[in-house]
Amino acid sequence: MYLSSTENARSASPEGLVENGSLQPLNRDRFWRNLTLAPAILLFLALTILPMVNLAVLSLHDIDWAQGLSSWTYVGLKHYASLAADSLFKASILNTLVFSTVAVSVQMVLGFALALLTSSIVHGRLFYRTVFLLPILVPGIIIGAIWKLMFSFDFGVLNQMAGAIGIMPRDWLGDATYSLASIIVVDIWHWTPFCFLLLLASLETLPQDVYEASDIDGATRWQSLWYITIPLMLPAIAVTFVFRLILAFKVFDEVYLLTGGGPGTSTEVVSFTIFRRFFTEDRPGYGSAMSITTFAFIALMIIVVSAVTRRKGSTS
Amino acid sequence: MSAAYSAPLRSTLFRHGLLVIAAALVLFPFLWIVAAAFKTQISLLTGQLLFQPTLANFVNVLFSSTSDYVRNFSNSLVIASASTVLVLVVATLAAYSLQCMQWPSWVLHSMLGWSVIFHMVPPITLAGAWYSMFRTIGLDNTYTGLILAHTTLNLPMALWMMGVFVRDVPKELIEAAKIDGAGTPRILRHVIVPLVRPGLAAAGILSFIFSWNEFAVVLTLSQRQTATVPVAIGKYAQENTIAYTEMAAASVLSMMPAVLLLLIAQRFIVRGLTTGAVK
Repeated sequence: MYLSSTENARSASPEGLVENGSLQPLNRDRFWRNLTLAPAILLFLALTILPMVNLAVLSLHDIDWAQGLSSWTYVGLKHYASLAADSLFKASILNTLVFSTVAVSVQMVLGFALALLTSSIVHGRLFYRTVFLLPILVPGIIIGAIWKLMFSFDFGVLNQMAGAIGIMPRDWLGDATYSLASIIVVDIWHWTPFCFLLLLASLETLPQDVYEASDIDGATRWQSLWYITIPLMLPAIAVTFVFRLILAFKVFDEVYLLTGGGPGTSTEVVSFTIFRRFFTEDRPGYGSAMSITTFAFIALMIIVVSAVTRRKGSTS
Repeated sequence: MSAAYSAPLRSTLFRHGLLVIAAALVLFPFLWIVAAAFKTQISLLTGQLLFQPTLANFVNVLFSSTSDYVRNFSNSLVIASASTVLVLVVATLAAYSLQCMQWPSWVLHSMLGWSVIFHMVPPITLAGAWYSMFRTIGLDNTYTGLILAHTTLNLPMALWMMGVFVRDVPKELIEAAKIDGAGTPRILRHVIVPLVRPGLAAAGILSFIFSWNEFAVVLTLSQRQTATVPVAIGKYAQENTIAYTEMAAASVLSMMPAVLLLLIAQRFIVRGLTTGAVK
């Protein structure tokens, strides 16, 4: 008891200084501080930073495999130069941009409408939210499998319904006119719930007194939506939109299962092109250059967006 | 009186009507694939609405000698569970360290900033490097390699989430524990962990689901022995003649963990998905 109280007096010294008054934090504190952060730092170094360095080095070389041994030839920036001339890569960037902008815009509108509806009802919120959450949690590859069946030319439900109302069946995935639109539909179905959830969460944090005040002033429901809800929600809407937009660049699983990038290059997306160049065609040097470029582009976008939002946040 | 009530009632019914349509649109594809899983190939191809349900697809997926599904399922369980435990331990320690132990602010910002960037970049950009690194040190096609990869993929999300929860622990409690002579391990075990349990549940459930769902990285780092459930489904679609009904049955089985977790732990899932986005 007495022993422990002297011990206490020592650790209770202000700001964790040692007794002799030097400005060193206790060695023990520093030890634990470093030890608790070490695993995360090690993981990040070993499995994100080191691979980036690895990719950067790979991207400057041609790698040939012969009898299980690799021979590296330094080629400088050749791979980066040929990126600009790679029509598949260009097509995939264009498709990814169209895909993410269209899909995410529709997701935002639908998600916001559903969030407004859900927040305005009293009973059944839990039920709707449970149902809407389901697509977010199911593996992307299974969502691909589900829609592959539904889009099927021969027996898919879409063509059955089209047939029932007298429309000619279409090859939703195999016809380049519809393939990208079909992938976009799947993504809208998959991720609208995510926008819904984030927007509902911020709707629920809006201050209620503003609405009471506008009620007293005789505002109609549309007026309070237009003049109160949307202005108050703008930051949340912007953040959700950008967040989803960048995440939509990740799309891979559904494309892999539904179209494999085809027909032609109509659904080729960036992740899929990297996969194809690196693994299917076994061109690690060139695939690395593509990875580094994509990584740099997205990182840059995130840094710009967060700088802009931070400035906005500090001025307002 | 009745006139006063009829307008809100009508608009409530209208809202429910729209929401029911939305819910039906979300649920329909799931019901469609469940139905397909119980159909014979012929009744699927002829598009019968009424059909004699069969368990043959499930039997083939689970017990056929050419199917690896049971092994894929157990691989998924091992990799998702192990990576989830690792993610939670590493993220909780790091969150405590960053939020409570006076790191210079650039350390905090660079850890969180890097997490955000890494979380948003397509995993396939790093898969190639992981493949060549793991091959060099003999970790390709091993559980260890896949567990480490999934731990790294989910660490940013968990670090961010646990950071929010640890930040909300009252600092006075930690100070009081220190004054009572508790060292870091005891503070973590008896103060932090009990108070961030909801955070652990949210981060753990999401990390498990995301690892279970992850496809691109497992596709590139695994072979037959270590392949997980999504790779198994992907393989069905690559066959020359696709066994659609078996693919449907395997898909239904593979959705079970997500559906179960959604039904029993929806609160934590919602909290996890919205943490950080709202604040």
